[in-house]
Amino acid sequence: MLSFIIRRLLQSLFVMLAVSLIAFSLFRFVGDPIAQMVGQETSIEDQENIRERLGLNDPMPTQYARFVGNLAKGEFGFSYRTRQPVNELILSRLPATLELGAVSLFISLIVGIPAGIYTALKRGFLSNALLVTTLVGISIPTFVIGIFLIYTFGVALGWLPTFGRGETVQLGWWQTNFLTLSGWKALILPGITLGVYQLTLTMRLVRAEMQEVLKTDYIKFATARGINYRSLYLHHAFRNTLVPVITIIGLQLGGIIAFSIVTESVFQWPGMGLLFLDSIRYVDIPVMSVYLVLIALIFVMINLIVDLAYFAIDPRVRHRGGDD
Amino acid sequence: MSALLSIENLYVNFPTRFGEFVALDGVNLNVAAGEIHGLVGESGAGKSTVGAAVMGLLQSPGYVASGKIVFAGENLVGLNNDAYHRLRGDRISMIFQDPQTSLNPLLTIATQMIETIRQHRHVSASDARNQAIALLAETGINDIEKRIDDYPHQFSGGMRQRVVIGLALCTEPELIIADEPTTALDVSVQKQILKLIRTLCRERNIGIVLITHDIGVINETADRVTVLRSGRVIESGNTKDVLGKPKQTYTKELMAAVPRLDKRLDRFKNIVGEDDKVIDDSWKVPLASASFATQWLLSEKNEGNERNSHPLLTVSNLDVTFNSGQASWFGKNKGFKALSNINIDLMNGEVLGVVGESGSGKSTLAKAIVGLVPLSAGSMEFKGKMLPAGKHRDRHHPSRRVIQMVFQDPYSSLNNRKTVESIIAEPIRFYGLSHDEVEIKKLVASVLELVGMPQRAMLKYPHQFSGGQRQRIAVARALVARPEFLICDEPTSALDVSIQAQILNLLKDLQQTFGLSILFISHNLAVIRQMADRVVVIKNGEVVETSNTEQFFSAPSKTYSQMLLSETPSLVF
Amino acid sequence: MIESLRRWSIENELVYLFLRSPGALLAALVALLCVGGAVLSPWIAANDPYDIASLDILDSLIPPSWSDGGDARFLIGTDDQGRDLLAAILYGTRLSLLVGFLAITFASVLGVTVGLMAGYFGGRFDAIVMRIADVQLSLPAILTALLIDGIARGVLPQGQHDNLMIMVLTVAIGLSLWVNFARTVRATTFVERNKEYVQSCEIMGMHPFRIMFVHILPNTMGPILVILTVDLAVAVLLEATLSFLGVGVPANQPSLGTLIRIGTEYMFSGEWWIVIFPSAMLILMVISINLLGDFLRDALNPRIR
Repeated sequence: MLSFIIRRLLQSLFVMLAVSLIAFSLFRFVGDPIAQMVGQETSIEDQENIRERLGLNDPMPTQYARFVGNLAKGEFGFSYRTRQPVNELILSRLPATLELGAVSLFISLIVGIPAGIYTALKRGFLSNALLVTTLVGISIPTFVIGIFLIYTFGVALGWLPTFGRGETVQLGWWQTNFLTLSGWKALILPGITLGVYQLTLTMRLVRAEMQEVLKTDYIKFATARGINYRSLYLHHAFRNTLVPVITIIGLQLGGIIAFSIVTESVFQWPGMGLLFLDSIRYVDIPVMSVYLVLIALIFVMINLIVDLAYFAIDPRVRHRGGDD
Repeated sequence: MSALLSIENLYVNFPTRFGEFVALDGVNLNVAAGEIHGLVGESGAGKSTVGAAVMGLLQSPGYVASGKIVFAGENLVGLNNDAYHRLRGDRISMIFQDPQTSLNPLLTIATQMIETIRQHRHVSASDARNQAIALLAETGINDIEKRIDDYPHQFSGGMRQRVVIGLALCTEPELIIADEPTTALDVSVQKQILKLIRTLCRERNIGIVLITHDIGVINETADRVTVLRSGRVIESGNTKDVLGKPKQTYTKELMAAVPRLDKRLDRFKNIVGEDDKVIDDSWKVPLASASFATQWLLSEKNEGNERNSHPLLTVSNLDVTFNSGQASWFGKNKGFKALSNINIDLMNGEVLGVVGESGSGKSTLAKAIVGLVPLSAGSMEFKGKMLPAGKHRDRHHPSRRVIQMVFQDPYSSLNNRKTVESIIAEPIRFYGLSHDEVEIKKLVASVLELVGMPQRAMLKYPHQFSGGQRQRIAVARALVARPEFLICDEPTSALDVSIQAQILNLLKDLQQTFGLSILFISHNLAVIRQMADRVVVIKNGEVVETSNTEQFFSAPSKTYSQMLLSETPSLVF
Repeated sequence: MIESLRRWSIENELVYLFLRSPGALLAALVALLCVGGAVLSPWIAANDPYDIASLDILDSLIPPSWSDGGDARFLIGTDDQGRDLLAAILYGTRLSLLVGFLAITFASVLGVTVGLMAGYFGGRFDAIVMRIADVQLSLPAILTALLIDGIARGVLPQGQHDNLMIMVLTVAIGLSLWVNFARTVRATTFVERNKEYVQSCEIMGMHPFRIMFVHILPNTMGPILVILTVDLAVAVLLEATLSFLGVGVPANQPSLGTLIRIGTEYMFSGEWWIVIFPSAMLILMVISINLLGDFLRDALNPRIR
């Protein structure tokens, strides 16, 4: 168990180093950092001085080591565009994205899992209707869903706000939507927009895995022993679908972070996605590279949690010590 | 004896895209309490369908078209699913074939047992647990109080099957359907499980339907037997009568095709397989014929194929260890020793039988000889020259042509995306045995005829053939390389007995015609007896005994060999 | 003749299932119409929406021909620059499909090769490749595409950036999709390489690349076909999303995503058609591709059937 966790940690470390190398190359080789930092009127000598002072003339490995060291210390440098420290920028935007992501993940699981089980077990009108809906769900781009929700509930019906976070409450540095009615209202449309695609994925996956499991010998044997259907489906079958389902939920969180860029753009939601989009438009390399590292970090942590979840669910993994 | 279960004129249909497929065609069957009723037949006979129909678990879209299944006076056909489901486990239960897959991997044995008991009996959890422990102890699991909270994967195959039997019995059913309960097990375990089933049947007065393809198992276990073929009952009656003095032609032929432990036959009597008639034989390649194939294969005379002149292959002090010394993240992996200190001589023109239980390392031996696995110690000599092992064997090494292999599973040994023609022609082109496309085509057709396939088969794809036909194609592919040495790794264990008999006959014919030396690997002692001149017994990666076949089967010298022999179901009446 | 019969006989189960699946037939028809319309757009469309000179600003924002103020010349109306919306949609579809096809070609060639080798050789090569795939997976598709686009903006001068945008998009989308191919082909190859027909080739002394590409590759075609279809839909959606975000194709060559983005600006002021019709076209196309993908998955996967 311990060796498994250590091995996974080392793998995660590898992923993080690789991503930080990409981020570093971005920072170092895309455009000239000095030219971005100083005005046109700065003389060549002054530019050289800054270059020397920032260590940009050091050998590349040294620079990379320093870059990684700064990342680890949480010193992310300054935005080319706003001149603010990047960590401040990110921290001010992080809660908005995390809250939006949490809401949409919740929507996708609370609807997707039961619907997936239902469509795997039952045939009939409702089941078919759900399946057609999921097909449409994975085929409509997120931004189109957003636009039509805005048009219907924001413009035509006027029930819900169509942009921004509404009123928020400050808890330390964390700005939350969850404590005001207006905040909750503002979350509904973007939450659904972001959740629909993940929901359909969850549902299709749970359905496929359930169908696989229902064909196994141990389910047939349990049926032949007269185990009641409720226990058969939920206790025996669904438990066995959990390992692949958890894997996919892990991947989905990555998808939610990525698609939050689109959703935030449609709803002008002041999160990290919007920040990243702006940084791309204005070639704000420090923000881009830090965002990149941060996303990879979130992803790696999710994967670690997923791996640990396997231990809780599958005794075979526990006893094998998690050898692949 | 009144019947506990009586099946009357049962028809089960499966709608397919080619129309209705009649899986059971008017089956009649009677099982009394306290009786083991054997249901025997080859694949496609419909024996498992009978079991599924009794359980009310026919695989969709199959359905009972007509007939009755009367259980304890009640007709089960047409019973609604809820009522049926109350019956399952409670009064009728089932034992599945593969203990590796029939237990839920995520739940402990205790959880599965207690849940099953409490589904049907109003007892407290602790009472259920005690019942479970008592029952599992009865099935012969040692130390059960400690092990009951283990997960299925912590048990060996034989132990798992005992757990499965315990699960099937824990609600005290009156009838048990046992579908191939020992097929996935080694003979030594098989014997114990069958004994357990027999004891439980007698003690608890349970009716058991024992479904199997293995006539030896039926002979040793069943009181009465029903022989099925293509969904029809061929013959039914007391086991001794049906198997000892069969009345129907099919039963006679089937019995003749079963390899005997007690005597060696020159050739098996062939059953005319039903699928053999389907392919039409009119399509021919000009001038292609079996005799052309024989002539071509013999044209390059292999030197020294007089029998037993000198060893063709010598294996000395061979060790194979898997994963050894591979640096893992933490410390060194000790590895698993698959073979240790193996010494084998194979004479020219000889058939050497290698026998052993699963995991004994007999397949690893074959892989070592053909260069698929590296050796950790020892050496091999082929035709007097050193035979490099593993990666050290050059891709163009001459042995790669003269040593050919026939594999166990004909469904995996042929590439499904290639035509039979290109499958058989590949070695001819690859080894450069012919460059003339017209000749290659003629040769492929001829070799097909030689192995008993119509020439037309070359136009088709492997998936259009049955297992036996595929194995013939696999033999043809090995043959066109003009081998001197053929390795057969369980070549018939995936096949029905009648097909097995055909393939064994074919191998014998080819061996005689071409003077091939054969290393014949099998877990089935009876098959070895029919094929081999000499026998090597392997256990846990070590050679237990090497001796002459006749001598071995009349008087094996080692205890392990004696045990193997006594545990193999025999057909001696 | 025999050759075509032989082909038919191996595929006939697929053909059989296809002809009996109304959904798949309909989807194939719609997909065919979309592709046909896109390919033939220069000959079908009334005017060339990319040719600024042929546009008349007086024609801008004309509603569909059947509503008040409609114009018979413009069947489903015009956009803000006076482009015939139908022509713009056809050209936009063409661009979207072009990027989609190029991207999945790139992704499949890269992914299949890498997957075959990783699955066949295993060991260290496999470990390294799969770690790279992990890194790629930790950067979701949109992010990868946005990043590459961002880099291209930083590296390429403005003028060139517009011209090379299609290549940049193709690489960006392709790079984000190759992992799907690599993982699936690797998994299938793992299964295949343990089959006895592969061992038989190894015993013969065949070259590993011959085993991989001649023997194993055809046996992985089922899953590859499914991913090709599903990922074509993903690629088209990605392109639309990137263009919608304003980082995709240049504005003077609008793709469907660009048209939708322009349309949203007019949505609140009542010019609904500019956003509705491109969206409908995009959704219709993607649904039909996904339907085909579902059909293939069910038809080619013996486990599910």
